[in-house]
Amino acid sequence: MNETAHPNSFRNQPDERGHFGQFGGRYVSETLMPLILELEKEYVKAKSDPAFKEEFEDLLANYVGRPSPLYYAERLTEELRKGASEGMGAQVWFKRDELNHTGAHKINNCVGQILLAIRMGKTRIIAETGAGQHGVATATVAARFGLPCVVYMGAKDVERQQPNVFRMRLLGAEVKAVKAGAATLKDAMNEALRDWVANVHDTFYIIGTAAGPHPYPELVRDFQSVIGKEAREQLLERTGRLPDLLVAAIGGGSNAIGLFHPFLDDPDVKMLGVEAAGHGLDKDHAASLAGGSPGVLHGNKTYLLQDEDGQIVEGHSISAGLDYPGIGPEHSWLKETGRVEYTSATDKEALDAFQLLCRTEGIIPALEPSHAIAAVVKVAREMPRDAVICANLCGRGDKDIFTVADALGVEL
Amino acid sequence: MSRLAKAFGKPHPALVCFVTAGDGPTDAVLDALVEGGADVIELGMPFTDPMADGPAIQLANLRALGKGTTTAEVFRIASTFRERHPEVPLVLMGYANPMIHRGADWFADQCAKSGVDGVICVDTPPEEDAELGPFLRDAGVATIRLATPTTDAARLPQVLETATGFLYYVSVAGITGLQQAATASIEEAVSRLKAGTDLPVAVGFGVRTPEQAGAIAKVADGVVVGSALVELVGQHGDDAPAKVRELTAALAHAVHSAKETAA
Repeated sequence: MNETAHPNSFRNQPDERGHFGQFGGRYVSETLMPLILELEKEYVKAKSDPAFKEEFEDLLANYVGRPSPLYYAERLTEELRKGASEGMGAQVWFKRDELNHTGAHKINNCVGQILLAIRMGKTRIIAETGAGQHGVATATVAARFGLPCVVYMGAKDVERQQPNVFRMRLLGAEVKAVKAGAATLKDAMNEALRDWVANVHDTFYIIGTAAGPHPYPELVRDFQSVIGKEAREQLLERTGRLPDLLVAAIGGGSNAIGLFHPFLDDPDVKMLGVEAAGHGLDKDHAASLAGGSPGVLHGNKTYLLQDEDGQIVEGHSISAGLDYPGIGPEHSWLKETGRVEYTSATDKEALDAFQLLCRTEGIIPALEPSHAIAAVVKVAREMPRDAVICANLCGRGDKDIFTVADALGVEL
Repeated sequence: MSRLAKAFGKPHPALVCFVTAGDGPTDAVLDALVEGGADVIELGMPFTDPMADGPAIQLANLRALGKGTTTAEVFRIASTFRERHPEVPLVLMGYANPMIHRGADWFADQCAKSGVDGVICVDTPPEEDAELGPFLRDAGVATIRLATPTTDAARLPQVLETATGFLYYVSVAGITGLQQAATASIEEAVSRLKAGTDLPVAVGFGVRTPEQAGAIAKVADGVVVGSALVELVGQHGDDAPAKVRELTAALAHAVHSAKETAA
């Protein structure tokens, strides 16, 4: 139906089988298939239920604190213009999703999914987490709705994200450290899937990024699209026009797809997704689009870091939230269609951008959006002064101060 | 008649034994399974992210990959097994990504050339059959489907539509090697499945001992044992074949005689 209405739309994916072009799909074990189909059915119903929409919006407004502000980063803009040719140096604006309750964009999606869980009569919540932001957001909504919650987290991430582990525990969640594999996000997701398959009757799996089996990539995107919808309205109101460029960091890609999706059919708005280049694209990194190839993992077909036999290769990034060898399937499709451009930033570039934002704007960003800021630093100087860049500041950096101190050689 | 049809056409229920390729002395372990009386061999293709497997098979995957087991090595194991045991069916079990990575047509061709009789791809449900299934069936390789306690009557026809070789009933909603379902519920499920298909039904997940295997064999066409064998390989390494042969023989005795004692 959508196709007739918008023959050239980038916004009518996925198809009814959950495919974004050749990507996406439902690559799960048979035990999970019936549940995935039930979730899809329930999500279709919820989308057209005004009561669901009303409750979602009420929680976003009064619990999460939306709309998040749109902020003109004047000092950063001026700083970047210093190195630019005359007439160059775009205006940098930030969508301040780090000001949400729990400190990142992750909560938008968790609110939506827990409402679905309740609609489906599920009484137990599980989640995976990397940096811990999604785990904290899940533990938060589970506490808000009084449901028991188990969060799977790689043992290595448990170690490097202690503050978030303690937050989750304060919120009443049980944090299970996963020692399998490299003990990071990918392994936490494996373990969450193993839990789910054994507890399908009563358990809802709140996936944290726009990946996994259909309908997750679609519903996570829809819940996160509040970011782009607000940004679109705010930019039109404040600048009188649409932005020239949107920039967002990408691990799985939920904050990026949330910002991008409402603009996909605005042909003059360019978009830039920023993957984690770790130590460099020729060394250890987590840039699935730049350094990977299509394959199947965690329920969907998408770009993956893998070897010549299709074995998954561990990602590396200083940011635990970007340290994942895959990416949401819609990004794989947007890359192949050419609608969105993808680039990457190294650990070092992200650290520099982190410090730059601290000093110029008095904002301590998370290491994830620091990758987006690093890309802004590169491109803003090449764009005219009247150009408008809007980057998603998807998380705050409190959780990262220990990692940053360590990287800078500072002992706390 | 295919090797699988012959194995399930024997006068007794079939014992299906799983081990992971590249874990321990795999060639000798496979020989031990045959010598012990296994009717069908399931050879696990190691994968970095075995999402449907419990701790025993996860560790086996890591051990195999740690030793550098490649897809080429899996097919070497399969084709040399075929030379030594021309009549014993061998199926590959694993995850989609290593199977499709070089192209499903390449994989299907390798299976056919190596004498692989069937493939169980854990994370490719009927909905995604197009990714792999048609290539395998065109190459004469069976696409063995999983049915589970959550596969309801409405969904079953879709599962059966692309199922060939045999049907693998996963007796518990969960991962491999942990808990076991009650025999009564298995009996009910198997008769439900058999009402919809002429394919033999083998039952697995959580079957560890000859007693359990014998009880299930009373109500099914085959019984799959995996984790218990894989644990022996993990514990005994190079000395595993003798232990594996011993357990297989006990399992085979229980499975093969199950319907006699029931009568």
